[in-house]
Amino acid sequence: MKPEELVSMMEKARADSAAFKHEIRVCTESGCMSLQSDTLLKTLGDEVKSRGMTDKVHVKGVGCMGLCCNGPLVKADAAMYQFARPENASAIVEGLSTQPVAELLCDLQQPFFTRQKLVVRENSGNVDPESLIDCIAHGAYQALLKVLTTMTPQQVIQEISDSGLRGRGGAGFPTGLKWATVSKAGGSTKYVICNGDEGDPGAFMDRSVMEGDPHRVLEGMAIAAYAVGAENGVIYVRAEYPLAVKRLTKAINLARRHELIGHNIFGTKFSFNVELRLGAGAFVCGEETALIASVEGKRGVPRPRPPYPANYGLFGCPTLINNVETYANVAPIINKGAAWFAQIGTEKSKGTKIFALTGKIKNTGLIEVPLGMPLRDIIYDIAGGVPDGKEFKAVQTGGPSGGCIPAELLDITVDYESLAKAGSIMGSGGMIIMDETSNMVDVARFFMEFCMTESCGKCVPCRVGTYEMHELLDRICEKRGTPEDLQLLKDLCDMVKQTSLCGLGQSSPNPVLSTLRYFEHEYLDLVKQAQAAHGDQSHAATGEHIELEVLP
Amino acid sequence: MTSVTLTAESITLQIDGKDISCRSGETILQVARENNIDIPTLCFLEGLTVWGGCRLCMVEIAGSPKLHAACATTCAEGMAVSTTSPRLKEYRKMIVEMLFAERNHVCSVCVSNGHCELQNMAVKLEIDHVRFPYRFPRLEVDNSHDYMRLDQNRCILCVRCVRVCGEIEGAHTKDVKGRGVLAAIIHDLDQPWGESQTCTGCGKCVNVCPTGALTQRGTAVGEMTKKTDFLPYLTLMREAKS
Ligand SMILES: Cc1cc2nc3c(=O)[nH]c(=O)nc-3n(C[C@H](O)[C@H](O)[C@H](O)COP(=O)(O)O)c2cc1C
Ligand code: SF4
Ligand code: SF4
Ligand code: SF4
Ligand code: FES
Ligand code: FES
Repeated sequence: MKPEELVSMMEKARADSAAFKHEIRVCTESGCMSLQSDTLLKTLGDEVKSRGMTDKVHVKGVGCMGLCCNGPLVKADAAMYQFARPENASAIVEGLSTQPVAELLCDLQQPFFTRQKLVVRENSGNVDPESLIDCIAHGAYQALLKVLTTMTPQQVIQEISDSGLRGRGGAGFPTGLKWATVSKAGGSTKYVICNGDEGDPGAFMDRSVMEGDPHRVLEGMAIAAYAVGAENGVIYVRAEYPLAVKRLTKAINLARRHELIGHNIFGTKFSFNVELRLGAGAFVCGEETALIASVEGKRGVPRPRPPYPANYGLFGCPTLINNVETYANVAPIINKGAAWFAQIGTEKSKGTKIFALTGKIKNTGLIEVPLGMPLRDIIYDIAGGVPDGKEFKAVQTGGPSGGCIPAELLDITVDYESLAKAGSIMGSGGMIIMDETSNMVDVARFFMEFCMTESCGKCVPCRVGTYEMHELLDRICEKRGTPEDLQLLKDLCDMVKQTSLCGLGQSSPNPVLSTLRYFEHEYLDLVKQAQAAHGDQSHAATGEHIELEVLP
Repeated sequence: MTSVTLTAESITLQIDGKDISCRSGETILQVARENNIDIPTLCFLEGLTVWGGCRLCMVEIAGSPKLHAACATTCAEGMAVSTTSPRLKEYRKMIVEMLFAERNHVCSVCVSNGHCELQNMAVKLEIDHVRFPYRFPRLEVDNSHDYMRLDQNRCILCVRCVRVCGEIEGAHTKDVKGRGVLAAIIHDLDQPWGESQTCTGCGKCVNVCPTGALTQRGTAVGEMTKKTDFLPYLTLMREAKS
């Protein structure tokens, strides 16, 4: 494609869609699809056809609009409908020219929508992810064009560094710095990899980005490839995300056909190819070195670092590996400038972050907020608080590698630093909310079970340590635990954290450590109950009284 | 991965307070062993690629908050390494105890009794009991091969056998299936060893196995001894040839 073609395509697509008097957008992402939103989309199309309105009404499938718990969501002109079923199709079409359907209306002025700031998800819910033309109409590939025709790779890296963007995959490593390292690494062949493995329970941010706006991910990768000097890209997605796989495949094929990826993009010297690789759904394959092994066709196990992938990655070549959401932030930064991006967020955590809200919370779904927003605002304003009149107890951030944040700390801000200070991590953006009925030891056991079954088995502390920690947590939960078991659990947490090979093992004790930090009394209660029920067998056996160590 | 070039520059560092010089590219473990400083290892075996799985070789490096696997960390100028400390000792004990708790190590009836690296390690680390709950898994013994046997009960998943089979013998008969504590050594596509089409019967895996997991059939309790000294020679010969 020539640069002029992109512009003329955009203008034509915009004119075409302006020709329609009405537009109906139906969410066709996994959440709403599970409630037959695809049938709804088809029924709406048929309805429009049967009324002879095809030249007036444009019906299209779009990405997630966030409030998944009220899905299927439909946007008909200015009205948003919730819980829309195929049988509502006729009323929805009717409503276009008369009054909106009152009983289906979803209030767009509620804080859930008004308090969000959409950067990554700005097009999700607006564009048809399966239509390249529609994505181009909404500005896709403009940033790539700008980069290839007006910027040097160094300028791109500088722009990303200046924006303050940090990796969204978990650790929050500065993205500009990572790009600079790969760009400086020697070697003629380099790779860029997009990490779409997303294995933490309760997380579905990346899935939504890939399903709702796949071209944005491709564009970000192409820009990154230009910046670091790579010609080949790999998107690694778990096979449990069939819709994301389908949309990405389609996006890659369309972009290839229109020469937005391939040889000499926009007539420049830059060439870039992308391949999709499917993972079999092991959590550990999200770890960068395991992911690379898996792409190489080997068993997905991590290896010691250094050497880091930036110097020794895929097939031994310098490799840039970033998260889906990280790449999806690139195009807006290029389009609107680093300064614009840097004014969103806090001193050290710039931009926005997508969170997946799940658990005991009124509004489950996806939100995107500026970093630095108080946790209380997220839980109470945006997410609508805990349902059924129950009390909020804690929120788990960062999945199995993170920790819980109790009600007392609701006023902390959500950014990399303050979450770490509270003993949790940002992680990839899962938020699992727990109410007063949740037992925190049980929560810790749940995450430990996850780590135990997801441990790759390579290193002893993680392989056996997660099993033993789970066994001890199980004893405590089932009121069979002794004070010695609790002490052993604490010792194991320390040892597994310090000696495991990769992040999975190193962070597996975090849920235990953070529940111990804030809810140690629940552990002690269970141990006391065990002693009351079974007599003090362990003490009888050793004949000594064991003092419980209370964490600071 | 990286081979040490002959013109490598030299580096000075301290290990346990002793000033030592080495070639750049050498690992802490290599340099420590050259200088008669003992660092316990189980998955490392000279001549095979580094695995980094047993975590017994973890050492402290001054100025770094983390621990580092000596087998997988290259020396750097001015590094100050401590190979032992009360904390490291405790961690190492816990690791070996966990290995005993993971599968069924009944030394008194094992053919490798007295010649087992796991057992020796326990003695060396002064382990007198295991503080962790035992798993007691039900595991298979693969007796299908004419003169070798794989007893999963004794395997510590060091994958020395997998590496020697793939890297030295070039057969790649052995590999690992499963995840976590359910991971296990397999032959070909998880077939009985005796039916393997790729196994050359070289016996290298038996000799590098640190425990009684891989043994020669027909050995009685305590009779199985292993030879690992062939490996460095093989590797050396190959390097000289290439
Ligand atoms: C056990 C484990 C699982 C991980 N899973 C993911 C994942 O699903 N997606 C992801 O982007 N990063 C994951 N990571 C982090 C990656 O290793 C890597 O740091 C990240 O992809 C870098 O991208 P970023 O700099 O854009 O964050 C995981 C790390 C560990 C240790
Ligand atoms: S920490 Fe766990 S997942 Fe990571 S290498 Fe070790 S066993 Fe595998
Ligand atoms: S005997 Fe040789 S070829 Fe057969 S599994 Fe063992 S190392 Fe591999
Ligand atoms: S069979 Fe022996 S060499 Fe192979 S992994 Fe098990 S303990 Fe290690
Ligand atoms: S999946 Fe439809 S609104 Fe989120
Ligand atoms: S010898 Fe270093 S980890 Fe096993």
